[in-house]
Amino acid sequence: MESIVAHENDLNLKATELRLGLPGTDESEKESASCTKNNKRSLPECAEESAKNDDLDAQHGDCEAAPAAKAQIVGWPPVRSYRKNSLQQKKAEAETGFYVKVSMDGAPYLRKIDLKVYKGYPELLKALEYMFKLTIGEYSEREGYRGSEYAPAYEDKDGDLMLVGDVPWEMFMSSCKKLRIMKGSEARGLGCGV
Amino acid sequence: MSSEDRSSEMSEDEERPPSSDPAAGVGGVKPPRSPSTVHGGDLPCSYISPNPDQVLENVLENVLCFLTSRRDRNAASLVCRSWYRAEALTRSDLFIGNCYAVSPGRVINRFKRVNSVAIKGKPRFADFSLLPADWGANFTPWVNSMAGAYRGLDKVYRGLEKVYLKRMSVADEDLAVLAHSFPNFKELVLVCCDGFGTNGLAIVASECRKIRVLDLIESELVEDEVDWISCFPQNGTCLESLIFDCVDSPINFEALERLVVKSPSLKKLRLNRQVTIVQLYRLIVRAPQLTHLGTGSFGPGEIVAQGEQEPDYVSAFAACKSLVCLSGFREINAHYLPAIVPVCANLTSLNLSYATISTEQLKSFIYHCHKLQTLWVLDSVCDEGLQAVAATCKDLHELRVFPIDPREDVEGPVSEVGLLAISEGCRKLQSILYFCQRMTNAAVVAMSKNCPDLVVFRLCIMGRHRPDHLTGEPMDEGFGAIVKNCKKLTRLAVSGLLTDKAFSYIGQYGKLVRTLSVAFAGDGDMSLKYLVEGCPNLQKLEIRDSPFGDLGLLAGLHHYYNMRFLWMSSCRVTRAGCSRIARQLPRLVVEVISSDDDGEGRDIGDYDDIEGRDVGDLVGTLYMYRSLDGPRADAPRFVNIL
Repeated sequence: MESIVAHENDLNLKATELRLGLPGTDESEKESASCTKNNKRSLPECAEESAKNDDLDAQHGDCEAAPAAKAQIVGWPPVRSYRKNSLQQKKAEAETGFYVKVSMDGAPYLRKIDLKVYKGYPELLKALEYMFKLTIGEYSEREGYRGSEYAPAYEDKDGDLMLVGDVPWEMFMSSCKKLRIMKGSEARGLGCGV
Repeated sequence: MSSEDRSSEMSEDEERPPSSDPAAGVGGVKPPRSPSTVHGGDLPCSYISPNPDQVLENVLENVLCFLTSRRDRNAASLVCRSWYRAEALTRSDLFIGNCYAVSPGRVINRFKRVNSVAIKGKPRFADFSLLPADWGANFTPWVNSMAGAYRGLDKVYRGLEKVYLKRMSVADEDLAVLAHSFPNFKELVLVCCDGFGTNGLAIVASECRKIRVLDLIESELVEDEVDWISCFPQNGTCLESLIFDCVDSPINFEALERLVVKSPSLKKLRLNRQVTIVQLYRLIVRAPQLTHLGTGSFGPGEIVAQGEQEPDYVSAFAACKSLVCLSGFREINAHYLPAIVPVCANLTSLNLSYATISTEQLKSFIYHCHKLQTLWVLDSVCDEGLQAVAATCKDLHELRVFPIDPREDVEGPVSEVGLLAISEGCRKLQSILYFCQRMTNAAVVAMSKNCPDLVVFRLCIMGRHRPDHLTGEPMDEGFGAIVKNCKKLTRLAVSGLLTDKAFSYIGQYGKLVRTLSVAFAGDGDMSLKYLVEGCPNLQKLEIRDSPFGDLGLLAGLHHYYNMRFLWMSSCRVTRAGCSRIARQLPRLVVEVISSDDDGEGRDIGDYDDIEGRDVGDLVGTLYMYRSLDGPRADAPRFVNIL
């Protein structure tokens, strides 16, 4: 009854897939497959990605992960609802994006990025540089982004304007409400310690 | 895992096999066969001698106090009327394995001086959404009877101290009755229960002044946000155990902190996922005497104020020198994992089943866990993680590996490789629950030989009807080896592609098996026949989606009074077959939930291998159990009692 799964590597569906992500974000999916990430969110994606690639449905260009009727059997596998819900919560968090607005001083309109796509500050800053065609430069704890044309700041849960990079990445992820790219000269005040 | 320990004390699985007397399992309620015969003979009348019966009963009562096991007490109660009475007066711990097997009234009539009650309600498959809500198992009639409400008596079980409930529906009002009626009430343990909320908890906290244990395990609370933690007495409590990791709503942390400080006897504390790691720190530095800790989220939650130093988690854990049981990690941030290293060497129990950690993350601390006896993990640790466990945890008694992605047809991170490694490294293994996507007979056979002490073997190959993925054969030989080689096996759950042969093995060798779970297995009626004819100790049989019909069902007529229950859903038993059972076994309650409205909207079309049967007669779900008090009065409309 179980089908032997075929590998679809030769069709290279990934190359022709239309996506909205930035180039280079493919790395995050390949890495998640190795299950060595600290970030718990990558693991459910790992299983989903495999399902997408290995499932015969991929032959039909179907991007949905769940194979037809099988996934719908009530109460199977026998994992208690309580436990399933707890895990599903994590999966749901993993699957929904975490979009924040990004404004740049002087620019007429805002952009939006999905913070979950990035693994850390370096990736985020590179993405911002690419998106806005600017240079942000090196972060230092003491001096912030001294010497750069622009400095990235964010508004946290309390409404305060903070310099990007001061707190650990996970804390930043959980508290960042929106991003603001400020002119370097204005940001100097932020970078001078608390 | 204190409450898991407790639940295993409470379950049948720990009990020795009951006698074959049909009534014995329900506490030997049936009156004794031989009348009381104690007679002192003729004595000179110079003094009024005490009634010899009375003397005997006094003596008996004193002696019977020492009998603790249910089985021994049941046996003692059958000796004669005297013994029956004496036993009834001295039984202080009641265990009701099926709340519908006996009515509350009958119980309180017989046992007068009870201080601890354990009641189990819904069948286990209710956990997997196979039983519609509102099926029953309400605590209300029990608590009201014990409180004397129905008879206008003043608190029948006035000395009641402990209540343990599993899979019961408990209302806030029930908790109120509990709190108001029993002044000595000390322990409340609710496992997989529902129907109550923080409202009920608030009442218990504020009114049960002597409460020592309040354990809520995998229960689903109603969403109401009462600050129940603040309801505990402000000047101090005698709390020894507070477990609320399943309570989803936020709690008043400051109140919890005060509570912990004012509860010097507190040994077990399991926090919910709303508690951040910073808050955890504040608690454990105030309670380093803890033996059991559930860490809550184990993640940062809200941002730490700017400039504040991260607390020294490592030292805080290191100060907990008595910690033997660790759980929680509900929203784990692996950055904090090193904090648990200081306690690893002392841990006997570790529950990581809500923590999606990788192989490497597991390895960063598992090598210290030499004393570990119980381990629950998610399969995110992969086969390699299990190999690390096998290399270190030589004392492992119980392992559970849960799936992070409980679907079929996905690539699973654990397989026969992990199972084999565990079998080779953990020779003392007694209990295993293993979810996987692929398995081989060879690995299962190896485990049967390497781990002769196995009492519980539950293997769940998540893809239905999956054969041995290397040989393509059914999994018959693997499970056959388990029942053959593991001579102490009492609980078995099978999966994968299985033919009648597997069941013939179980019938042939599984003489001690008490609990058996079957899903999507077997070829036909013969499988069921093998089981009911071959397994004399079978007490709990739960079957779903297997092609077993009336012939198999009827083959077990001789045995059903010995069982606690039989569950068959989406099988091939017909209404006619069930009716026949009901007629021939009048003390069996035969509940049938029809295929049309089994509450899940499933219809018979889902069952794809019925051909030429009168599908209209097929029963959706059959749940039958022995009972002394006949059909229950509270059956909902979708339950038909034949």
